[in-house]
Amino acid sequence: MITVKNLVKKYADFKALDDLSFEVNENEIFGLLGPNGAGKTTLIHILATLLKPTEGGAIVNGFDVLHNANKVRQSIGVVFQAPSSDDILTGYENLKVHALLYGIPRKLREKRISEVLELVGLGDRKNDQVKKYSGGMRRRLEIARGLLHHPKVFFLDEPTLGLDPKSRETMWKYIKKIVREEKVTIILTTHYMEEADMLCDRIGFITNGRIIALDSPSKLKQEIGGDIVKITFSDRVPLDKDFTKFDFVHKVERKENSVIIYMEKVNSNLHMLIKDLDDVQTIEYKKPTLNDVFLKLSGDYLSGDSPEGGFMQRYAQYKKS
Amino acid sequence: MLSTKNLSSNIVLGQLYALWLREIKVFLRERSRLVASTFTPLLWLSVIGSGLGSTNLQIGTDYEKFIFPGIICMSVIFTSVFFGSYIIWDRKFDFLKSVMVAPSSRTTVFVGKTLGGMTTSLFQVAIVLVLGIALGINYDALSLLQILSIVLILSFCLTSLGLTFGSYIESLEGFQLIISFVVFPLFFLSGALFPIDNLPAWLKLITLIDPATYSVDALRNSILNLGTYSFEYDLAVLLLFTFIITIIGILSFRRMKAV
Ligand SMILES: Nc1ncnc2c1ncn2[C@@H]1O[C@H](COP(=O)(O)OP(=O)(O)O)[C@@H](O)[C@H]1O
Ligand SMILES: [Mg+2]
Repeated sequence: MITVKNLVKKYADFKALDDLSFEVNENEIFGLLGPNGAGKTTLIHILATLLKPTEGGAIVNGFDVLHNANKVRQSIGVVFQAPSSDDILTGYENLKVHALLYGIPRKLREKRISEVLELVGLGDRKNDQVKKYSGGMRRRLEIARGLLHHPKVFFLDEPTLGLDPKSRETMWKYIKKIVREEKVTIILTTHYMEEADMLCDRIGFITNGRIIALDSPSKLKQEIGGDIVKITFSDRVPLDKDFTKFDFVHKVERKENSVIIYMEKVNSNLHMLIKDLDDVQTIEYKKPTLNDVFLKLSGDYLSGDSPEGGFMQRYAQYKKS
Repeated sequence: MLSTKNLSSNIVLGQLYALWLREIKVFLRERSRLVASTFTPLLWLSVIGSGLGSTNLQIGTDYEKFIFPGIICMSVIFTSVFFGSYIIWDRKFDFLKSVMVAPSSRTTVFVGKTLGGMTTSLFQVAIVLVLGIALGINYDALSLLQILSIVLILSFCLTSLGLTFGSYIESLEGFQLIISFVVFPLFFLSGALFPIDNLPAWLKLITLIDPATYSVDALRNSILNLGTYSFEYDLAVLLLFTFIITIIGILSFRRMKAV
């Protein structure tokens, strides 16, 4: 559905996108997951024909974004990161203006407008000015607007940015519904790990303009190598080989007076691991999340900064007596 | 760039209607703009008109009446240039992006904007014309037709001018520059407030490259029978300016960055 090939976007000497290549399949939800400034919006702008790449190119729905921009535009719907609806107009009027811009024939227009309004649950608020909408409603209106002309590909740039947790969940519900009912390929960008995990069939981790990993959420989590255990010592930290001698341990990382161990089946193997250890102060255990995958891939797991906060999914404290 | 060739003209008309509709709704709902557009001309006519009118000017009519065509043009100048440069806002907030990802050509968007500018100007001018009746100005069918044509052409011309500047300027502060360096000179050098015949040569030269000069003169011809040039001459020069500015405007608009 989308093919990106050796895409480079430079702002002066700064490479916002650095030789990106990947494909998006038909009818999948593809997530572009990465921190602020990773290049997500820049990529969406290029795929939506608003920005010209410095090098490389992309094909969307069979059309070249550089040479066949008009066909690409007919094939796509876009929800931008910043609000782009007119807040002086009503929800309905915003949709009508866009239905006209897309040349939707008069006979179909009203029907389609009601359809998309229902789809995003705004049917009863359509005659209110958009300035009276909440952030989540406004974003939903823009989703409805983007779907008016039955696009094949739908871009959502940070659809839940700035929404409170409840509105975010509502938004997820609607995004899933759209995939079911509208049969579109969705590319969504986000910097929320759990959002990508929850919604996406495949995820591309993007940072500094590069995709550093691309797979389904479960495969990505497997890649990290099983469960994660962090053992903190009150005094002497044992050698790596005290851990790697076990077959079930994949990898050991050190950080001050603790070690982070990637291992299989923590439930059955933990007692073996710690049987011969002295001075254990705490043991933390968790299932890997996308967050861990990302931190491991971007190489700053050891710094311990996790953007989502909270290292623990499950916390166990163990003191050897 | 996009061509409109492969879109049926029906769709282009629909797109123009959409862009026009949006502008008109926004205009009608912004009460403060409506109020300001009534009071500004009233203020000029009453304060400047009677203030300067009490000094002794050799202009062949009451000063209030003399500046009346100028006040009509003032309405059009302010409305149209502002209107065009609002494109800076549209771009700052993502509205313009949402238009640019639709399969409409830049030229269509440009023309849609100018249609909006023309309609807005007509609203404003209608208000000023009603004020004119209070000044004792009489219109007939011909003068109304002439006023309508000049107002529409000048408005098209200056909305294009605003869009041209707006398509190069990225920051909102640029809007202030447009006001100081475009709107005020266009108005003050148009002969709206004083006759241009007796100006020093260098100043007169500047008034000659101001499209508003010919509009003021044309309206003075048709309302007061007092022009420097003939109505036909004014109309021809105004059309020439409009043509050139529109071409430059469309070219600038097409090379404008969308994001
Ligand atoms: N117009 C621009 N000029 C210069 N640098 C830009 C411009 N737009 C974006 N950038 C830079 O490109 C990088 C990627 O930005 P962006 O695509 O917005 O990231 P994201 O959407 O992932 O947060 C950032 O470092 C940003 O500062
Ligand atoms: Mg972004």
